[in-house]
Amino acid sequence: MPKDHGVGASSARREDVRFLTGRGKYTDDIALQGQTHAVFVRSQVANGVITSIDTTEAAAMPGVLAVFTGADFADVGGNPAGWQINSRDGEPMKEPKRPVLAHGKVRHVGDAYAAVIAETEEQARDAAEAIVAEIEEQPAVVDMGKALEDGSPLVHDEIGTNQCFDWGWIEDNRAATDAAIKAAPHVTTLELVNNRLVPNAMEPRASMADYDPGTGDYTLYTTSQNPHLTRLLISAFVLGIPENKLKVVAPDVGGGFGSKIYHYGEEALVLAAAKKIGRPVRWTASRSESFLSDAHGRDHVTKIELACEEDGTFIAFRTETMANVGAYLSNFSTATPTFLHGTLMAGNYAVPNVYVNVKAVFTNTAPVDAYRGAGRPEATYSLERVIDMAARELGIDPLEIRRRNFVQPDQFPFTSAAGLEYDTGDYGALVDTLEEMIDRDGFEARRRDSAARGKLRGLGVNTYIEACGIAPSNLVGVLGARVGLYDAATVRVNATGNIAVMVGAHSHGQGHETAFPQVVADMLGVDENSIEIVHGDTSKIPFGMGTYGSRSLAVCGSAVVRATDKIITKGKKIAAHMLEAAEADIEFTDGQFSVAGTDKSVGFGDVALKAYIPHDFPLEEVEPGLEETAFYDPANFTYPSGAYACEVEVDPETGKVTVDRFAAADDFGNVINPMIVTGQVHGGLAQGIGQALLEQTTYDSEGQLISASYMDYAMPRADDLPFYEVDHSCQTPCTHNPLGVKGCGEAGAIGSPPSVVNAVIDALHAGGHTHVTHIDMPLTPARVWSAINS
Amino acid sequence: MTQVAMTVNGKSVSGEVEGRTLLSDYLREDLRLTGTHVGCDTSQCGACVVHVDGKAVKACTMFAAEAEGAQVTTIEGMGTADGGLTAVQQAFQDHHGLQCGFCTPGMVMTAAALLEETPKPTEAEIRDYLEGNICRCTGYHNIVKAIMAASGQDVSAVAAE
Repeated sequence: MPKDHGVGASSARREDVRFLTGRGKYTDDIALQGQTHAVFVRSQVANGVITSIDTTEAAAMPGVLAVFTGADFADVGGNPAGWQINSRDGEPMKEPKRPVLAHGKVRHVGDAYAAVIAETEEQARDAAEAIVAEIEEQPAVVDMGKALEDGSPLVHDEIGTNQCFDWGWIEDNRAATDAAIKAAPHVTTLELVNNRLVPNAMEPRASMADYDPGTGDYTLYTTSQNPHLTRLLISAFVLGIPENKLKVVAPDVGGGFGSKIYHYGEEALVLAAAKKIGRPVRWTASRSESFLSDAHGRDHVTKIELACEEDGTFIAFRTETMANVGAYLSNFSTATPTFLHGTLMAGNYAVPNVYVNVKAVFTNTAPVDAYRGAGRPEATYSLERVIDMAARELGIDPLEIRRRNFVQPDQFPFTSAAGLEYDTGDYGALVDTLEEMIDRDGFEARRRDSAARGKLRGLGVNTYIEACGIAPSNLVGVLGARVGLYDAATVRVNATGNIAVMVGAHSHGQGHETAFPQVVADMLGVDENSIEIVHGDTSKIPFGMGTYGSRSLAVCGSAVVRATDKIITKGKKIAAHMLEAAEADIEFTDGQFSVAGTDKSVGFGDVALKAYIPHDFPLEEVEPGLEETAFYDPANFTYPSGAYACEVEVDPETGKVTVDRFAAADDFGNVINPMIVTGQVHGGLAQGIGQALLEQTTYDSEGQLISASYMDYAMPRADDLPFYEVDHSCQTPCTHNPLGVKGCGEAGAIGSPPSVVNAVIDALHAGGHTHVTHIDMPLTPARVWSAINS
Repeated sequence: MTQVAMTVNGKSVSGEVEGRTLLSDYLREDLRLTGTHVGCDTSQCGACVVHVDGKAVKACTMFAAEAEGAQVTTIEGMGTADGGLTAVQQAFQDHHGLQCGFCTPGMVMTAAALLEETPKPTEAEIRDYLEGNICRCTGYHNIVKAIMAASGQDVSAVAAE
């Protein structure tokens, strides 16, 4: 019988009603008295020297209040990279300054070099067109391979190279891995591209700044997944506004998928402008601006080798990757292709040798950073494609070759050859579940049915493991992180027993307002509807690091548990006083504090009331009030895993691929709200299938972005996708957080691309097109047709 | 500037607009009906769908002046007489057909128009009708399922949400 409340129940989302009735409040929905509008002037060339900017005419136009150029920010700080990576030779990464507005040089199409503030958006736009900039265009570099050649145009002249770093993981394993591959009886080699994507949260980025000259206080409303991190970056690195004078509010946010983790120059600009003109300044990106200036995702070019025995036993994985970081380092851009990618390159497997080399490359393109999955989709795709290819070469069933190499349940905790300690998992059970879900026995009949209609049917499978719950601060600090990655929660029990929980995590679709109360309600024995989650406002919430890396429940949820534990402890003190018993004798069950072995008890609500009306409190033993804060720093990453299967039909006449069936079996550990978890998987699957079949960010050789609208960038739509089969009944709880949860937000996007591509290759082989061993994503009709006919 | 008058969610409204003012901007900025969202600039995403004289229209494809005299319904105007959710809205909640909520107003308005035209749409008909509405969160599974449920169809055979 499914639960109807608390942990494990599919409680209806309480945030839904405001969204369904148009009463959500997103950044662009906020209107402040006297608000003005900012419009940015963006480079139309990919690489150029700014020789002059004449703003005279623009400044004199109707309604214009201020004009800014890069010169106005030459003396403030840059937007920093949050993670220092060292190259194999020990040299620190190259770290050019990322200014608020481009100054002296523009480095990608869309790089903002000026901004106009005016009474209306139209006036600002008209004036922006009147700014005359002399920009001397220079040759641009877009292709990573060319960027690393001697004599290539440079994105940053002052660093003398386009290579940001040349990273090896684990460098001490390099020689052993090389030797193992050299001696191996079978080596499968695959060169592949992990295509560049744009996250495309449906709400474009937006910011509104307000400045109070009476107090010197700033307020920034912005589309952020992590308002405290944004405040820290602005305060400590960019504008130097003291944190106690800057409030950052991320209200309802219309999706993030990584792109709203980062601080962007537009946020700093509207803050500076609001102070200068003494009025609120508002900016909302157009979709075209989003394409040009949001951090993009993926964009790896990889060569992977799998060495194995003839029976399919894995001996070694060796990877060489070029990772595009674009023109500037976005905040997590250096961690994504390294520690979120290389450390996962052992997959679910007990392989003894792994070595990963990643060269990060500057190009004249928009910055690239974490996008849903962030490094782990790239790792999973490389591994699971080359494994599939090896299985085909060796004539071994694709699920069987994986089973033969899995880390076995009795091997946990297991330290992988890529250096992570997996705490729990049961990969064989996931494959068992998957096989039950996909009716594999019926596949041949379905294949014949497709063939009768002139279509080729293929089945593709893969497994994945990811590292979530980002992240143990002591570990990531050693690895180069410049921040801690704990989170925080404050539980405030009000006098009449209702509860506010202030959390560092931010909900922009994940349903925290519903799921977090389920946890607290179970712990305190109260109705979950009496609990309110407060998030997104740095003046209300404790300093938490926000939402990304499938961390909200595993890290912030654990902080909620710890803070609630403290509430129970405090409540026991108060109850002991009320019941005239020793604190050690107080037990707390189902919302009642009772004296062990007696029938004396007092309810949670009475204890809450007493906490705020402490007429007879022994004040030397217990303070009034019932409010507790906890910071939680995880001991390890969490390790969700899964087994996925995709069935496609390929039309050999046109190359069109149709996803007919998709099944996902995931192990997320314990599950708080199954409905929400399933929804998270659905969304991830759509993004992964979108990557595999549809989505492609394309720059031409001169650095023009030619996929800068929904007319040109193929977003997955309802008729591109099937109903999905999703199962999360395999649950090996995380051993090191109090909820036993692992995280589910990115799994679908991590796990799905390889099974789609594997399925297409399977379909083509079934149709006799055995010369096709790989097609790079996205598998558009043109690419598939060309592969068939090559 | 042009004088424009129309009925929005049953109330008569009027004001001055520029010729270039889009209906979506008029609703959001002048009338402060911010439930109508703008997610793109090429009339692709469908977050701004409203009903104009009973038809689903992307409010970013019309000038405000073109709605002169029209009956406009926005997401704020959806709901039962007693302030509750309509069957479509309720089905979206029951079947988790929304996550971040940004595309949701357009989805609900489009779904309502579909069910007006086709009271019992098939899965394929729903997916086809939603071609002009992009959702990045849900993967569409629960949206399609919610619309089927709102039309009174048994969705128990569709994989669990």
